Amino acid sequence: MDTMQVSTMCHHRPVTAYKTSIGMKLLMGITGFIFIGFVTGHMIGNLQVFLGAEKLNAYAHTLQSLGALLWVIRLSLLTFFAVHIFFAIKLYFQNRASRPVKYVKEVNVESTFSSRIMIWSGLAMFSFVVYHLMHFTLIITNPEYAVLKENLDVYSMMIVGFSNYWISAVYMVAMIFLALHVNHAVFSVFQTFGLTNAKWIPLLRRIGNIYALIILAGYLSMPVGVLLNIITLH
Amino acid sequence: MKLDAKVPSGPLADKWTKHKFESKLVNPANKRKYSAIVVGSGLAGASAAASLAELGYEVSCFCFQDSPRRAHSISAQGGINAAKNYQNDGDSVYRLFYDTIKGGDFRSREANTYRLAEVSVNIIDQCVAQGVPFARDYGGLLDNRSFGGAQVSRTFYARGQTGQQLLLGAYSALSRQIGLGKVKMYNRAEMLDLVVVDGRTRGIVVRDLVSGKISSFAADAVLLATGGYGNVFYLSTNAKACNVTAIYRAYKRGALFANPCYMQIHPTCIPVTGDYQSKLTLMSESLRNDGRIWAPKKQGEDRAPGDIPENERDYFLERKYPSFGNLAPRDISSRSAQEVCNEGRGVGETKVGVYLDFADAINRLGKDVITERYGNLFDMYERITGEDPYTVPMRIYPASHYTMGGLWVDYNLESTIPGLFVLGEANFSDHGANRLGASALMQGLADGYFVIPYTLGDFYARSGQSGISTDHEAFKQTEREAVERQEKLLSINGKRTVDSFHREVGKIMWDNCGMSRNEAGLKKALETIPPIREEFWENVKVLGDNDEFNQSLEKAGRVADFLEFAEIMCHDALDREESCGAHFREEYQTEEGEAKRNDKKYTYVAAWEYNGVGKKPNLHKEELEFENVELATRSYK
Amino acid sequence: MNLTLYVWRQKNADDKGRMEKYPAKNISSHMSFLEMLDVVNEDLIEQGVEPIAFDHDCREGICGMCSLVVNGRPHGPEKATTICQLHMRHFSDGDVIYIEPWRAKAFPVIKDLVVDRSAIDRIMAAGGFVSINTGGVPDANAIPISKTDADTAMDAAACIGCGACVAACKNASGMLFVAAKVSQFAHLPQGKVEASQRVRAMIDQMDIEGFGNCTNFQECEAACPKEISIKFIAKMNREYLKSSMAPTKG
Repeated sequence: MDTMQVSTMCHHRPVTAYKTSIGMKLLMGITGFIFIGFVTGHMIGNLQVFLGAEKLNAYAHTLQSLGALLWVIRLSLLTFFAVHIFFAIKLYFQNRASRPVKYVKEVNVESTFSSRIMIWSGLAMFSFVVYHLMHFTLIITNPEYAVLKENLDVYSMMIVGFSNYWISAVYMVAMIFLALHVNHAVFSVFQTFGLTNAKWIPLLRRIGNIYALIILAGYLSMPVGVLLNIITLH
Repeated sequence: MKLDAKVPSGPLADKWTKHKFESKLVNPANKRKYSAIVVGSGLAGASAAASLAELGYEVSCFCFQDSPRRAHSISAQGGINAAKNYQNDGDSVYRLFYDTIKGGDFRSREANTYRLAEVSVNIIDQCVAQGVPFARDYGGLLDNRSFGGAQVSRTFYARGQTGQQLLLGAYSALSRQIGLGKVKMYNRAEMLDLVVVDGRTRGIVVRDLVSGKISSFAADAVLLATGGYGNVFYLSTNAKACNVTAIYRAYKRGALFANPCYMQIHPTCIPVTGDYQSKLTLMSESLRNDGRIWAPKKQGEDRAPGDIPENERDYFLERKYPSFGNLAPRDISSRSAQEVCNEGRGVGETKVGVYLDFADAINRLGKDVITERYGNLFDMYERITGEDPYTVPMRIYPASHYTMGGLWVDYNLESTIPGLFVLGEANFSDHGANRLGASALMQGLADGYFVIPYTLGDFYARSGQSGISTDHEAFKQTEREAVERQEKLLSINGKRTVDSFHREVGKIMWDNCGMSRNEAGLKKALETIPPIREEFWENVKVLGDNDEFNQSLEKAGRVADFLEFAEIMCHDALDREESCGAHFREEYQTEEGEAKRNDKKYTYVAAWEYNGVGKKPNLHKEELEFENVELATRSYK
Repeated sequence: MNLTLYVWRQKNADDKGRMEKYPAKNISSHMSFLEMLDVVNEDLIEQGVEPIAFDHDCREGICGMCSLVVNGRPHGPEKATTICQLHMRHFSDGDVIYIEPWRAKAFPVIKDLVVDRSAIDRIMAAGGFVSINTGGVPDANAIPISKTDADTAMDAAACIGCGACVAACKNASGMLFVAAKVSQFAHLPQGKVEASQRVRAMIDQMDIEGFGNCTNFQECEAACPKEISIKFIAKMNREYLKSSMAPTKG
């Protein structure tokens, strides 16, 4: 029956935005939105593999020629990535702590599978990105690509890489996680920024589904193309 | 005891203005030196606590629910009356006053009722300013609907959730003061007793419902806004925890209880289905705007309602009261339904119910309009009964709903114990023998927002601080008594549950002191109640301990008080040898079966003084003087 | 019908608590869920077992006091229905029913199925109001409000503060409740004056209370007995964004 004490808005000093739950979510949203853009651009760029070695390698050269700007982009992406992951983990632990005793009987009514595994699909993406960078960018896992990399023969690197069943399998599984992640992310970004209303909520969910399918199809088409010999070295 | 209502002199319309001017004021700098305890956080309690805190008084507010927002005011559906005359249909403060006096069958105090009508217009302004989302028309102005007992549209509403929205408005004002530290709010805290020293109210004894701890709180004034006692019938439209305890305890400490027998029956409730039934659900009376009430002409009719042809239906309210029809006042509608059922023409499985039919309205206005007006009520009906009211007529039956009786208060809302003020449904003051629809919300907020802030200041200025702390022996003694009572309840360890006693006494009250009463029945009730009470104290089974969260123990305390209080109601009903408003004595009716008042003998407020458990209380009379209205026979033909 | 209940029993806040099995015999399909529990409780009392504690009051779906998670769903399986309004006709003979309290750090258990929801009151005290005193307000019709705005405000204001949104949310987030209150006021001219301070104060208090964060599961909307839409969460996010970009004083 204890009486209560709160800081009422009449003389409230607002907590700095990024320390509040909505503030953190806004940061997740901004960085997430940038990655939706990145994932789309990266996919479109790489899909040029279907247009032949010249096109793809020319694209790689163009990127490389950005010079310092490329490093700005890379470091920014890394920072956004770090922010996204940092707050994802922080929010995850906060959310877990918000329900110390679990339900004996737990059911899902409206939540989607992809929304419930965001942290796991996210962590899977994180592991994949680490591997992906070691694989293609830093050439740590497969030192034999070094020559190709030096020549910026991205086309050959991709085909050599995906010709290995194990590597293709890892990529394909990762892309499924990516699709699940963006499936919820698209709607979430709009909702978090308050850019929805009753009519747009179901619509954005559908757009999220379609977008995820496009991303999935686009990225899977590359290893599948290599494995089915649609894209070949010659 | 001479009852002085302290009604100001002068013309009716000037009384309140004059009184406010003549009231003494407390200097703004001194207000924080005066403290008030508010018990209850419904419309009256929350609005009073917030308004007094805004003025600068030290306020503590107590509610037994888990949050002040749960108070039962929240359940009112239909609307709130105000004499705004926004519809240009001839409404005025005087008309609202007159309708209220007439609706109350000329058994209320003119000055109080007029003041209620007068401040009604301020209430709407206040609520709109708080952000209460009243219904609006396309021009952006407030919409109105009409209600039983009135021929003008003066009822403001927020879908079917007007009570909720008004309560949330008052709760938000209260929350603001809680946040500012001006109101100390005590949730899950139940008042068990009142402390009176030297004839003045000094504070209350409270049980913390979570820890079970019983403690005292002292203040310069105590305001009871604890609602009505309709649950004396066990089945009523009240929330399960509504009880008489706070006002009954005050009565036992010397406050007079006025007109306890005035209990309103609500005509449109969902009928009872079985013994396990825990409460009755009200369907807003506003449904009567578009629904038509009927019963089969034939006794023992067993065809489905849709199969009964038009000429075999009896639209009994339209037939008996052509000008008011389905909007006849609550008591008249209720009794007519009861008569129909007594004649064996009731409907539904139990044959205790009549139809409320929307077929005509749907044909005339279209289903969409009906959905917009009553959608949530229709949904609620379907949830409870499993029947779709768009296609099958609703079944309704009257149920105990609102109690016009309550602690006696003067014009200042002060009871017979100085420093004890009573607000809202807990007092008796404004509605007389029957309350108009959409007037309960009005009264609760009028008392809390616009009356008590003035009259309490006057009391403080005249009487000064109480000067007695909880260390005083009277507090210790009252606390001890409260503890002993809890221990006694826990130690009986008999065979019957608390609810079984409540149901038993409730049934006796409903049968003998319910919709219609007679001398023999009331005498029978007065004979049967004491043995039940005795058995309760010997055979009730309350498990658990006092020093823990114990809902059975809470209930036991409340039922114990109902078991004593029920008798007072019967005494009052027996004493009033006339029919008026909601009080219908079968011996006193016209040849057409209408209520027959006896203005020569009974234009008084019956105020009862406690005289010991099981003993007939002493009657004090406040003669009502009607200087402005002529006592007419109520006719809604 | 006869049912088997598994009910959470917990003597007090310090007790660990456990599920207990009770039979519910001869249950009529006309009973409400709480009336079914009343019957079980009467039996328990007669057997000398302490009855199951649960919060309830109006039993007509408006006070927001009742708070049971039935078979994993706050307020049970029916859409737009509080548990006090859920009738047993939605169950069949032989059903097994799990009954648990609202689960959230911000709503600690008091006893059995009763939880402490005063966090909701504190959020309200932080900013769930319009800062006006009694008296001295303009005429009710002085400021016209479009019907759309009034209706939208009413949609949000229909919240009964039961906390089912928190109980349903995988993160035990209180966003839907807070959003409903913030949006109601943000849609009305009377509330707009302080919209910026209000949303900040209420969110800050919400965070202090230990509710989780919204990750757009939409479980809250599905469980809400008053069908409050998550569009109000979007509205609140918008208000928050606006507020954090607004110039601050001092």
